[in-house]
Formats: sequence, structure tokens, C-alpha cells
Amino acid sequence: MLLRLLRRTAVFLASLFVSSIAVFTFMAVLPGDPARVTLGVNASDSAVQQLRDEFGLDRPLVSQYASWVHGLVTFRLGDSYVSNAAIGPQIADRFQVTLWLVVTGMVIAVLIAVPVGTVMAIRHRRLSGVLLSGLSQVGVAVPAFLAGILLITVFAVRLRWLPANGWTPPVVDPGMFLKQLVLPAFSLGIVQGAVLTRYVRSAVLDVLREDYLRTARAKGLRPGQALVRHGLRNAAIPVVTMLALQLATLLIGAVVVERVFVIPGLGSLLLDSVANRDLIMIQDVVMVLVVAVLLVNFLVDLLYIAIDPRLRAGAS
Amino acid sequence: MSTANVTASTSEHPPDRSAVLAVRDLSVAAGQRRLVEEVGFTIHAGERVGLIGESGSGKSLTALSLMGLLPGELTATGSARLGDHDLLSGDEAALSQVRGKDIAMVFQEPMTALNPTMRVGHQVAEALLIHRARTDRRSAHAGAVELLAQVGLPDPAVVAHAYPHQFSGGQRQRIMLAIALANDPALLICDEPTTALDVTVQAMILDLVVRGVEQRNSALLFITHDLAVVATVCERVLVMYGGRIVESGPVLEVFTRPRHPYTQGLIATSDLAVVDARGRLATIRGSVPPAGEFPAGCVFRNRCDHATQACADRPPWTELGDETGYACFHPVTHSRRGFDD
Amino acid sequence: MTVHSVELADTAVGPARRARGWNASLVVGGLIVGLLIVMALLSFVWTPHDPTLVNAAARLQQPSAEYWFGTDKFGRDVFSQIMVGSQTALFVGIVAVGVAALVGVPLGIVGGMGSRWVGETLMRFNDLLLAFPALLLAIMFAAVYGGSTLVAMVAIGIASIPNFARLVRSGTLQVMRTEYVLAARAAGRHPFGIGLRHVLPNVSGLVIVQMSVGFAIAVLAEAALSFLGFGTPPPTPTWGRMLQASQELLWEAPRLAVFPGVAIAVAVLGFNMLGDGLRDYLDPKLEDRR
Repeated sequence: MLLRLLRRTAVFLASLFVSSIAVFTFMAVLPGDPARVTLGVNASDSAVQQLRDEFGLDRPLVSQYASWVHGLVTFRLGDSYVSNAAIGPQIADRFQVTLWLVVTGMVIAVLIAVPVGTVMAIRHRRLSGVLLSGLSQVGVAVPAFLAGILLITVFAVRLRWLPANGWTPPVVDPGMFLKQLVLPAFSLGIVQGAVLTRYVRSAVLDVLREDYLRTARAKGLRPGQALVRHGLRNAAIPVVTMLALQLATLLIGAVVVERVFVIPGLGSLLLDSVANRDLIMIQDVVMVLVVAVLLVNFLVDLLYIAIDPRLRAGAS
Repeated sequence: MSTANVTASTSEHPPDRSAVLAVRDLSVAAGQRRLVEEVGFTIHAGERVGLIGESGSGKSLTALSLMGLLPGELTATGSARLGDHDLLSGDEAALSQVRGKDIAMVFQEPMTALNPTMRVGHQVAEALLIHRARTDRRSAHAGAVELLAQVGLPDPAVVAHAYPHQFSGGQRQRIMLAIALANDPALLICDEPTTALDVTVQAMILDLVVRGVEQRNSALLFITHDLAVVATVCERVLVMYGGRIVESGPVLEVFTRPRHPYTQGLIATSDLAVVDARGRLATIRGSVPPAGEFPAGCVFRNRCDHATQACADRPPWTELGDETGYACFHPVTHSRRGFDD
Repeated sequence: MTVHSVELADTAVGPARRARGWNASLVVGGLIVGLLIVMALLSFVWTPHDPTLVNAAARLQQPSAEYWFGTDKFGRDVFSQIMVGSQTALFVGIVAVGVAALVGVPLGIVGGMGSRWVGETLMRFNDLLLAFPALLLAIMFAAVYGGSTLVAMVAIGIASIPNFARLVRSGTLQVMRTEYVLAARAAGRHPFGIGLRHVLPNVSGLVIVQMSVGFAIAVLAEAALSFLGFGTPPPTPTWGRMLQASQELLWEAPRLAVFPGVAIAVAVLGFNMLGDGLRDYLDPKLEDRR
């Protein structure tokens, strides 16, 4: 078990290292001259040189990389090329907003997917199962931003139940915060839920075929009891894997949904930075997103060890 | 009293008083396809009965239909009375009360029959809790530890806290046996419980099964394709082929004086001393047809050397004595020896 | 394998045989995809109107015989734009899926045939790539090079590599355990020959299914990219940009969002269903598992 933990940790750290190199190479090396990219072709050479000096862009790449990573680890990311505002606090602020969206979206997705997927599996030979299956197929085909636009059309424009866009932090006005959270969170949650539903279905179908479920029934458990007591924990393993893999999709889905609902999250920050050609900000935001995804995958690996006793046994 | 009612003479013999299980006209079908046909037999209290046959003969389906655990696409008809319960009634609520309490089963594959994410003790204790043999978790756990000790697992208290993957196949089968015996069932069904195990482990498991049912005065229905196992474990044997019972009787009688050519072939193939002129082991000609595609009439006739025109009709059940008989137009007369040329 | 399941396998032969052949997913998915291709090809030579023609006199028209899906705020014909938009969706899909398959399939085969170490390293690399979804890659590319069709195709293609590599690797591992491959290896065949002769044909079914599903993913990603303005630049109409433009007019003309939205959803649904149908067609045993 300790060995497994150490190996997972090593893989996690190596992934962080490799992805940071990749992001750095892409954003800081490939553009050739980030200062020129930032200021545009029409900027004067002296202005470009000034920016280079200010941000140490003439230093060797290794030293630039080292100070960037140092900044990331200590979360002192310096100031933006463009706005001169401190990057670290901005990212932290925006990340909170995105986290609300993503977590609520994921909770909605799970709340939809687990019951619906289970019913689909139990009734997969019956009409109700087939209909639900078709419905989830349609859900999978709708991107989150499209779901957002459609939800706005129905609930904000037609019914006028909820605001079409905007964001209020929960500490300022909890009521408004919730109202404004509903539509974007459902945009993410419904779509993600549809995808997840199909995985829950196939995981439960697999479990229903397992010998130990037959053993459970041979003991005198009814089919439903057997599934709940013996099946769902085992079905959870592939579903949790999927959930973790979906997190990347969900985070990036949030980027687009933030644009639809005019929410000042990490996605908006990223898109604004692209519009402003703020390369260093983009580099940092991308890295934060990547770290978040890798971290969650790492945590899920640890979660497996908790769910599945076979993995706790050390070397398999 | 008749054992396998191939002809429709069920009502002549009222069920025996000491009968634990009385099966009549049991058929299992997948849609139009009949996989088990009109099987009938009786098992008395404390009796150990073997059910033998090749794979595809319908042995396991017979057992699963008695447990009410047939896969969804299969349906069972007929009657199977266990005490006051009709096991084929399809009443899920009533059946789950019986299952694991009055009738229990040990499956063939111990590696997958236990829940990998639940402690072994908990899985045994669950069997006690479901049927209220114990009402609180603590005494259920104590009961589980005791059962684990009874099936010969060393350090049962430690075993109870372990997970299935920490055990070998033989140990897991012991755990399965502990679960099956937890509520002192009137009937224990074992479906090839030792087929997946090493030969050395087999004997120990068989011994545990026999001791387990003897101590509880439980009846045993033991499914296997291994005649030697039947000879060690059982008193009586049912021979199944093509979804039908083709012969039955006391083990000694059937194995020394088989009447049905199939039984005779089965015995010949299992005897490593019997070889033909070229020194090859005896085999039964041809192979078992896919389930549901056996010939009409006598199911064995396409592989039988004695088959004639008469075999196109279904052979009636010839009764030789109590629970003893066969279904064949050309029973083996015991002057001949050697089945396959 | 239990006797129980062997018997069931015997009984399952009939229904399994029946499942092989046309199924609803295959037919419906195939029809949708076929229609999409016809629409894209047709739009090269004919559209009801010039999709880029600005006509102030015909702003925000309701659907009519003249303008089947109505017009947008510049008076451009929505139906014609949808037709031309299918070109971009399909073009990006073809290139992206092609890139992903060309890189992912060999990687997966090598990962499955190579040593354990090679396979594990490849899988870790795969996991790493999964942390860079298409959209994130495209945003990085667009930040440096600006948005374009090429950026969309390359980003989606790279992000789709892990799907192919993972699938092909697990398929390869299965094939490598079969007796005919063991025999070929025992006979001293060169690994390259085994990969080409035994592995590739056996995983091709998986690859075809994944291509169809990958196409659906590509259409979704392309829509998101052009919605954000990182895809094909104007004036070429794309479904994503039509959606983006519809947003400010949701109160006046929600249909401007509905038509491209439905186009995206139907296209994705078509490719997903085709993938499901192909999977059932190629492997009836998996009927219940999709």
C-alpha cells in the first residue's frame, strides 16, 4: 500500500513537471518573443525592449522557467504585462467563482446520473429503459454552452423566472447568488449528467452480471437490496474514474459557460487574456487549470485505494 | 415412488412424508428452446443425492431454477416443493424468505462468488442477519466467526476481518460453505463446488460439505460431472443428459450396473483402466449438442450405438425400485462390457 | 468460466446471431451522417441564398418560403448558413479524427505490444494529455497564433489522441494473448509483421467505432471553439459563431439560437448513434454494454 501511494505520488509529481514544461515551452518559448506578441507588430522596438527588461525575458530560458515555477509554488505570480495588476490574487478570486460552478454542476450531474443510470440498467430490456437511454443520448449531443443558451431562452426570456446572466458573490447577496447560479450550474450539470448516466448504466449492468450478486440473492436478499448492498460500491469504481476524467471537460466547459452567462470566473479571465494577448496570464491560468485536473485525478487514485481493498494490499 | 417422471404418471405416488424436496415436471426454457424437460425427483431429509452429467446437460439450470435465480431470459415451469413452499411460484418476496434459510447453494466459481469490497465476516454475518437468526450485528459477527471456524479456517476472527482477495480458491469455497450453512438449511445445493480447485483441496472441501450437512441433518443435492466425487459424497445419483434425467438409483447400483447406455458410457470414459484395442481411452461418440438442440425422442440416440427406429419415440421411465429406474428402449444387459467399440 | 455460463452462452447463440445486422442506431445514425455529408457537398454548389450576403432590407425575417429558417440581423439567410456551416464541422472533424487516429493507433499498438514499461509510460502520457482538453489547447494555440480552422483541427486532433491510444492498446493487449499471435511469435515472426498482420486487422473494428464517436467529439469541440471565436474566422459561417451571434438577440429572435443548436445536436447525435450501431454490428456480444 505504501509502495502504491509512493508510486502514485511520483507519477503525480512527474505529471506536474512534464505539463509545466509543456505549458512553458508553448507559451514562453514557441512564440519567439513574448514581448513582441504582447505589444503587437506596431509597437516600437524600445517599448518592446522595455517590456523585456521589466519581465526578465532576456534571461536564459532555464532561469525564466525556474522563477515561473517558483512563483507558481509560492503563488507569487508577479504582475500582468498588460494591466500591471497582481496575477495571483486575480486568479484566486476568479478560481473561486469557477469552483462554485464546477462543483455545483458536478453535484447536479451525479444526482441525475446515479438514479437514472441505475434505472436504465435495471430496465434495459424494457421500454422505459430504452426511452431513458435515448434521452441520455440526446443529452450527450448538446454542448454545455448550447444548453445554457436554451435554458436562458426558456427560463429567463420566456418565463422570466431567473436572471439571464451575471454573478453576485454569496457573501454579498446569497439569494441573488443562488438565482444566478442555477442556470449556469444546470447547463454544466445536465450535459455532464447525461454523459455520466451512460457510464453508470454500463457499470451497473456489469455489476448485475457478477457472481457475487447472485451469491447475495442466494442468501435471501431481494434483487434491489442485493444491488444496493453489494453492487453499487463496486459499480462506483468505474464511475468515479469517469467522474475524474470528466472534471477536465467540466472545467473547460465552465470556461465557455462563463462566457454565455457573463460570469467573472477563470474562463472569462482566460478569454480576456487571450483577447489582450496577455501571455503570462494565459500561461498561469492554463497551468492552474491543468494542476487542478491532475490534482483531482491524483486524489481519485487515493480514493480508489479507500474503496477497493484489493488495491490496499500493496503490490498487486 | 417414481423419480423421473418422463411419462406423465406423477399423481400415482403421493409425496413421501419425509421428502424435503419434491420436484415434478420441472422444465426450463429460453423462449421456444427447451433446456430442461420434465425433470422429477425427490430428496429426503438428510439424504445426499448426486446429479451428474456433462456440461450442457441442464444440471446447473435445474439447480438455479430451484433457487429461483435463473437469468432473466429463462423461465421455469412445473413444481418444486420444499416443505410448504413452491420454489417455482415466482413470488419474489416469499422466495427471498426461503432462499439462504431453507435452501442454500454453493456455486462453482469461488473466485468471483464473493463480494470483493466487503469483509468476509460481514458477508457471512449478513446471511444470519437477513433471516433474523441473529438480530444484532455483534452476535451476528460472533456467529460468523464460529461458522468460519466450523469450515476449518484457521484464525477465524482474523479471517472475518479480511477481504476475499486475500484467500485462495479453496479458502473462498470454505467461506461460501459457511455462508450457505449459516441458517442450517433443509437442503444444500452444491454446483460443482470443487471443479475449479486443486485436486488436493477437493477432498478437504468434500469432507467439509458432508460433515456440514450431516451435522445439520440437511439434505444435499450435489452437482458434478465427476463420478468419483459422487461415489464419495452421495448415496443416490441422478444421471442427466440433454435436459432430462435418464437414469437414477443408489450410487452403487447405478455405477456397477448402469442400465442407460449414456450412464454406461460415462462410467467407461471416467475409468482410466478401460482402453480400446489401440490403447486409447474410451470416449462417447460425437459431442454434446448445443442446449435445446437435442434430438426428439431419446435425447441420446444420435450418439448411442444401440439406437434403433424405436428411439425416435420418447422412451418411457422404467422403474426398478424405489427411486431407481431408467429411460431407455435398449437398456444395457450386464453380460456385455465395453461401450465404445 | 462456470458451467452455468457455458450453458447460457450456448443458449445465447440465437439472439446474438439476430443482433448482427442492421440495428436502429446504425440506420438512424447512418442516415443522419449521410444527410450531413450530402448537405455539406451540396452547399459547395448550391445554397438557397448567398450565406454571406448582407441585406439590410431583409433583417430578422421570420421563416418563410423565401427564407426557410428566416434571416439574421444582417439579413443573411440562416438555412444557407447552416448548410455551409456543415462544411466546417465535417472538415474539422475529418482532419482532427485523422490526426488522432494516425498518431493514436500506432501509439496504442506499440503500447500494447511493447514491454510493460513502454505500455505504462504510454498510459501515463495519455493521462497527462487528458489534462489538456481540446478547448484548452486551442486557446493556447490561438493566444500565440490567432484563431483559425487549422488551430481548431490541430487542437481537437491532439486532444483526441488519448482516446484512440487507450482503446487500441487494450484491444492490442487482448489480441496479443490469443493463441494465433502466440504461435506467430513462437514462429519467430517480426513484431512489426505481427502488428500489421494480426493486431491491426483485429483492432480495426474498435478504431472505426472510435472514429465515429471521435467525430461527434470533434463537432462539439469545433462548435465551442467557433463560439468563443477561436475557430474558422468570419465571414465563413460556422454553427458555433451563429450561436454566439444569436446570444444578443435571444429576446427578439430565439430561433437564431435554436437552428444552429439543433444542427449541432443532430450532427453529434448522428455520429454517436452511428458509433453505437457500428459497435453492435461489429460485436453483437456487447449489445447491452454501450
